[in-house]
Amino acid sequence: MFAQQLVNGLVVGAVYALIALGYTLVYGILQLINFAHGEIYMIGAYVGIAVLAVLGTMGLTQTSLALSIVLVFLIPMIYCAAYGITLERVAYRPLRNAPRLSPLISAIGMSLFLQNYVQVVQGARDKAFPNLLELGSFQLFGAYVNGLQIFILVLALGLMAALQLFIKKTKLGKAMRATAQDRTMASLVGVNVNRVIAVTFAIGSVLAAVAGVMVGMYYGIVNHHIGFVAGMKAFTAAVLGGIGNVTGAFLGGFLLALLESFWAGYVSAVYKDVFAFMVLVVVLIFRPEGILGGSGGEADRT
Amino acid sequence: MLELRDVHFYYGQIHALQGVSLEVRSGQVVCLIGSNGAGKSSTLMAISGVNAVSRGEILLEGEAIHAQEPDDIVRRGICQVPEGRRIFPHLTVLENLEMGAFLRNDAGGVKDDLDYVCSLFPVLHERRGQRGGTLSGGEQQMLAIARALMSKPRLLLLDEPSLGLAPRIIETIFGVLARIRDEGTGIFLVEQNAHLALNFSDWAYVMETGRIIMGDEPAVLRDSPAVREAYLGE
Ligand SMILES: Nc1ncnc2c1ncn2[C@@H]1O[C@H](COP(=O)(O)OP(=O)(O)OP(=O)(O)O)[C@@H](O)[C@H]1O
Ligand SMILES: [Mg+2]
Repeated sequence: MFAQQLVNGLVVGAVYALIALGYTLVYGILQLINFAHGEIYMIGAYVGIAVLAVLGTMGLTQTSLALSIVLVFLIPMIYCAAYGITLERVAYRPLRNAPRLSPLISAIGMSLFLQNYVQVVQGARDKAFPNLLELGSFQLFGAYVNGLQIFILVLALGLMAALQLFIKKTKLGKAMRATAQDRTMASLVGVNVNRVIAVTFAIGSVLAAVAGVMVGMYYGIVNHHIGFVAGMKAFTAAVLGGIGNVTGAFLGGFLLALLESFWAGYVSAVYKDVFAFMVLVVVLIFRPEGILGGSGGEADRT
Repeated sequence: MLELRDVHFYYGQIHALQGVSLEVRSGQVVCLIGSNGAGKSSTLMAISGVNAVSRGEILLEGEAIHAQEPDDIVRRGICQVPEGRRIFPHLTVLENLEMGAFLRNDAGGVKDDLDYVCSLFPVLHERRGQRGGTLSGGEQQMLAIARALMSKPRLLLLDEPSLGLAPRIIETIFGVLARIRDEGTGIFLVEQNAHLALNFSDWAYVMETGRIIMGDEPAVLRDSPAVREAYLGE
């Protein structure tokens, strides 16, 4: 039981962590909770279905599995990056110097709009996510582990490592950190702040798209509400870790999912979601800054 | 090289710049003095493209630059060391300096300039791995100036570089500024320490409530009764 709940928790944690990164990156730079971020993730899953449908009719899923896997991730990533950049342009940039409540309301509005839009276009019913990877399962310390779970974990960890490297080592990554610490000063050394913000939204959206496709593959089913629940969970994870803190979002995502998984396994599956938010409340009472604190390196503005 | 003509700027309802006109000739040190709230920092932020000018013009070598973004202004060779230094607190000293060279693509030249600014301020070399936010005030001011120099500016805008620093540190910093000036970089200096500013400059302006009220050679201003009373404390 323990090993099984651990495996389940790690897989869900990878998904929470990928989505949480988007919240935390945007918050770090704009001090904005992008409530429409969960919807980007949901759209990623739907685009994945569309890609699989096209590949299926072309027969590509039979002839070239590797290429199909690449495309089923790559196309939603590109699509969602465009969505994220557009979202920022349309809903947030015009309000950048407005009172803090205005972009928040705009974010909630965009979230509702995108949910309803997908409902109208795709229908309100659950949609099946075609099965692409037929990977066998094996037993490890008494837990059943399948190939898809390993694939999800490895891909998520790889992306997180790549993101850390990007932020720490590249010129654009350093510009992102500088912009998060002092936006005006970043512009005074020649950083195009609007571009950095667009890149930040693009990166968050790409990670959300990957998470969406992963979840589609994992559960085999998608609907227009998944963004709301996963978004709230990932947001909770980001706050748990310390909003604005990239490492905190990783940790928060895995921690929340593991706690949920053990709670569901040992106590009650019914109150799993309630438990997640209880954890948040308790952490915020004792550590209002989150586990790692919001100012762990990326978040602070002077 | 730089000219402001009748520049107006508002913070919401507050009319912070009420028709500022001034000129910085190339290779010169020009200073701007004035009391708290006169609009000195607002003027520098208008030049840097952070404050969007509502009326008037800012010209660089005769070309209008007041509608450009801050990064374009840096690209054109104007770099500002803002009030309060504004070091990136969680970046290391070295990363702060690299950010100064953000727009440059000549890796070799950037490397040489790193060595150069570290020779101007050896303490920065010693502290290169330390986070910017942990430096002392004087060290931060040196880092802020060095960071601006990493962009290879033609014109350096300095906002109160002496603020809150010990006389010995001020001497070091102005020694370096003199060297930069001698190497041909223009300097536009905002200072509340009028003695210091007038001694260092080739031309001086006095600002009051969003307007330039005087502009002359430092020697002339130093003899003006109004300036002596208001800014030199005599
Ligand atoms: N962000 C802002 N929002 C609103 N008003 C501002 C803002 N910044 C400055 N002001 C106002 O604009 C006027 C000019 O301010 P500015 O900072 O340019 O003065 P200064 O000459 O640099 O003063 P100091 O010597 O104190 O630095 C002041 O009346 C100030 O209160
Ligand atoms: Mg000022």
